[in-house]
Amino acid sequence: MVSLSDYLILSSIIFCIGLAGIFINRTNIITLLMCVELILVAVNTNFIAFSHFLGNEAGQIFVFFILTVAAAEVAIGLAILTLLFRVRGSIDVDVTNSLKG
Amino acid sequence: MSSEQIIFYILSFWFIASSLAMIFARNAAKAVLFLVLSFFSAASIWILLEAEFLAITLILVYVGAVMVLFLFVIKMLNIDKSTLRAKFAGYLPLGLIVALIIIAEMTLVLGGAQFGLEVIPSPARHGADYSNITVLAMQLYTTYVYPFELAAVLLLIAIIAAITLVHKKESTHKKQNVSEQVNVRAKDRVRLVTITSPSKEKK
Repeated sequence: MVSLSDYLILSSIIFCIGLAGIFINRTNIITLLMCVELILVAVNTNFIAFSHFLGNEAGQIFVFFILTVAAAEVAIGLAILTLLFRVRGSIDVDVTNSLKG
Repeated sequence: MSSEQIIFYILSFWFIASSLAMIFARNAAKAVLFLVLSFFSAASIWILLEAEFLAITLILVYVGAVMVLFLFVIKMLNIDKSTLRAKFAGYLPLGLIVALIIIAEMTLVLGGAQFGLEVIPSPARHGADYSNITVLAMQLYTTYVYPFELAAVLLLIAIIAAITLVHKKESTHKKQNVSEQVNVRAKDRVRLVTITSPSKEKK
């Protein structure tokens, strides 16, 4: 049988892969958004594992809302990205330093 | 090793492998495709955890809509050939060190001594008459009905915000200026000219 700790360790590994992806792909905003999606899926796996093993459906309800918020976040993030590309002509993070003092 | 464990380890392998391929992909479009595989493995693991509705939602909403939106933006912005990995080598060791430390710490905390089968036994599988959708819907439409409505409002706000952000202001649509229309006078629109007929001039 697969224990709860297997699922938790799997989701922590996925979480850290997403975190390392943010470090590695620091100059590419679109890959940063994808890494955030990966982190959210890892967290959702955590919720569903606890929901299954504790016999409580509230965790799955929470995952439902996390999916909703993540979809909204992706839509607005990609809209900002499109706007940034239209204004700056590039989506490199190093170009977007106009707020730098 | 039971068949459930074999399935879990196969799915976990593909989940981790495709996630690693995603963060190391040089091409943004390939990264999206690896992320699709990773989401698919995640949905399979969720089905293993008897969360069928959320697994199907993940595939339909994420793989079907959000990832296609990512691909659409990547192709529209035409950035898949640009130099995206300028500082790759500079941040790779730091990222790997941080990730490995976090994995080690979490493995210590979440190991078998704390969350193993002896502490939390695996629950019995539900029968064929169990419906995950019915259980979720009962919770969602009774206890969590206000958060459910708020989520709908949040999606509406996201739609309006996204459209407002990328909408071009003046060039794409015509609109009427009401004050100019009210203030217009007859002499602005109608010009009376007196035309003398050439035939009468000859007489």
